[in-house]
Amino acid sequence: MTRTKQVLAVALMFVAVTGFIAPAGAENQVLKMATTTSTDNTGLLDYLAPRFKQDTGVELQWVSVGTGKALELGRNCDVDVLLVHAPAAEKKFVEEGHGVDRRQVMYNDFVVIGPRTDPAQVRGLAVADAMKKMARDKAIFVSRGDDSGTNKKEIGLWKKAGIEGIDKEAWYVQTGQGMMATINVAAERNGYTLTDRGTYITYENNQKGNPPLVILVEGDPGLFNQYSVIPINPAKCPDTKFDLAKKYSDWMASEPIQQFIGDFKLLDKQLFIPNAK
Amino acid sequence: MNYILEGLVKAFQLLLRGDPETYSAIRVTVQVSTYSMLASLCLGLPLGFLLGYGTFPLKKMVRTLVDTLLSLPTVLIGLIVYAFVSYRGPLGEYGLLFTLPAIAIGQTILALPVVVALAATAVESLDQRLHTTLLTLGANPRQFLLSNLWEARFGLLAAGVAAYGRVLTEVGISMMVGGNIKWHTRTITTAVALETGKGQFGMGIALGLVLMAIALTVNLSLFFLRKRTRH
Repeated sequence: MTRTKQVLAVALMFVAVTGFIAPAGAENQVLKMATTTSTDNTGLLDYLAPRFKQDTGVELQWVSVGTGKALELGRNCDVDVLLVHAPAAEKKFVEEGHGVDRRQVMYNDFVVIGPRTDPAQVRGLAVADAMKKMARDKAIFVSRGDDSGTNKKEIGLWKKAGIEGIDKEAWYVQTGQGMMATINVAAERNGYTLTDRGTYITYENNQKGNPPLVILVEGDPGLFNQYSVIPINPAKCPDTKFDLAKKYSDWMASEPIQQFIGDFKLLDKQLFIPNAK
Repeated sequence: MNYILEGLVKAFQLLLRGDPETYSAIRVTVQVSTYSMLASLCLGLPLGFLLGYGTFPLKKMVRTLVDTLLSLPTVLIGLIVYAFVSYRGPLGEYGLLFTLPAIAIGQTILALPVVVALAATAVESLDQRLHTTLLTLGANPRQFLLSNLWEARFGLLAAGVAAYGRVLTEVGISMMVGGNIKWHTRTITTAVALETGKGQFGMGIALGLVLMAIALTVNLSLFFLRKRTRH
């Protein structure tokens, strides 16, 4: 009998442990968001979420995936709101009726980064010329390859530069991973990549200000990167928390939070520039 | 080389200072793996007994099927569970995607074949005279089942340990159906994947150490249990 009791005690202990650590307060209001890896990797959401909770009492939970996947999650009604950056795909998403009240909230820009030695000599070029040069020299280029906003942008840039059919080229490396992971692959392979500036500054910060990859092409109007909030359409997804999503969207666009986003800095550099209308 | 050392130092700092992010991942891992182990043991032990002891048509085929399921890849389980619990899926109305129960469902599917197959083997290898003795002593079906399971306890413990090993170390299911949500569904393994992707080795190493420590604790306590229950 004592043996049975011992076994029982162990079992009870397990139950006690799990009971004890079960998440408290299931009655909390929770807003589920799908977002891009850039807003997560830079720490922006860790900075915003506590303030949102404080202001509205709503807990923000997010999954960070590429924009393509984020839109897919929205289409399947698996999240309540999106924070993404691929204007063309977003417009299509809204036109198809999956999202409503798309609102632009902030921007940063894309930059082409590469090794300090710059083997393909693209430093300071316009982006289209830089892309042509990298393709001609077959310089290692590391692509997200994950249908994210950055990936869509990059594919658009190749197209604009008139370069096609590089999908299977040995120098064109597709990681299928997030932005920070992709930058790390580029650093390991001594290659170039396209990134949003926010993630690059975070990377620079992680490398203690002495990164192996540096910004080579920037400031081209073609490198603008707009972020938008899109609540999921309740007509398509009856169970979506539209009121909370709307609250989040209004909150992001509000004067104090726009200011708050502008104040988010790393290495004394601003990562996102608020531009809600 | 330096960053590996730095990572190790950081690991101990995070653990000793009680870094909330690190401990959140540990808590989530312990919690969800406990759910899935309880579920897979409750379902798996009786099924394993039936498979090991019972005689029914197609038994050999069922056995082969269970053995095949031992090598079910976690990403395939992740994919299937995802398809089922997504809002558009058959279980969509429960809103399970990106929650701990979704991970637990996936991990239960992962652990179940291990428990069933190993429990069946343990029951099969029992002394055949046990059955006759129990029956002649007038055991009712419940007593019969429990006595058999008790006699096979070492084999069943091994089954549990093997299943726990798979559940604890899987990353595919947690990543796909859990979504790696900070403070909620970020487990040790998904956090390690994420931190390595971000080039932050410290937290990755810290969590790796914890994972090993959990495995060691479980095995030590089972070792203890085994010693105490030996005749």
